[in-house]
Amino acid sequence: MTLNALTRSSIYVLDQDEALDFYVGKLGLEVNTDVDLGFMRWLTVNVPGDKGREILLEKPGAPALDPATAEQVRELLSKGAMGGWLCITTDDAHKTYETLVAKGVEITDEPTEKPYGIDFGIRDPFGNKIRIGQMRES
Amino acid sequence: MSRAVEASNRAMLRARDAMDRSYADPLDIPALARIAHVSEAHFVRTFRTTFGETPHRYLQRRRIERAMYLLVQTEQDVTDICFAVGFSSLGTFSRTFRQIVGESPTEYRRRKAPVDVPTCFTKAWTRPSSFG
Repeated sequence: MTLNALTRSSIYVLDQDEALDFYVGKLGLEVNTDVDLGFMRWLTVNVPGDKGREILLEKPGAPALDPATAEQVRELLSKGAMGGWLCITTDDAHKTYETLVAKGVEITDEPTEKPYGIDFGIRDPFGNKIRIGQMRES
Repeated sequence: MSRAVEASNRAMLRARDAMDRSYADPLDIPALARIAHVSEAHFVRTFRTTFGETPHRYLQRRRIERAMYLLVQTEQDVTDICFAVGFSSLGTFSRTFRQIVGESPTEYRRRKAPVDVPTCFTKAWTRPSSFG
């Protein structure tokens, strides 16, 4: 058996319209799929040109989670303790940083040189952390 | 939980992120309270309720975590690291380091090997715990 690709992953968001505004409007990701399935809004985004790797922006709630559990998830997310995390690469970390600062994105770490490249940290409106890195060619 | 609590959590997280960024600066409760849009007394109380420790203790752990990183990843001497992470006295730094980490900065440096994973993980997972 050989697993051969990571195609979809999920993070929790508190509001999918606000998530769309942030992930597409500010970060510049593309909407992959946005469809009302009735029981949920299936909203996924991907890095431009990389449609094979989707991020599901999932809203915690019933019936997938009981109301009390959904409230716990929302609380953990809003205090940055939910564990959702994305690492996205760019060809120019400093330029991306300047662009995101101009758009009012919350910065958690300034761009710094690391053994693996240059990266910086941001936070989405809900509390998820995201790292954006210009990786060194190995 | 009301949406107001979520908004409060998020505001506290925003202030904590600001502490993370400016960890070497003196603790500025009025500025942090402004970031969170609350009074100073409310900020200190709510931060503790949200994260389980006071802003002062959080900043101490953040500074010690940075010191631990610099001790392992660089060859800077202990005094330089003490000032670089925001302590103004070597005595306070050494005492705080030992109290939190359980050994002196020099002993810690001798024992540890460098690690190489994304910063936010080393920041979160190498931070000495307040919680036992």
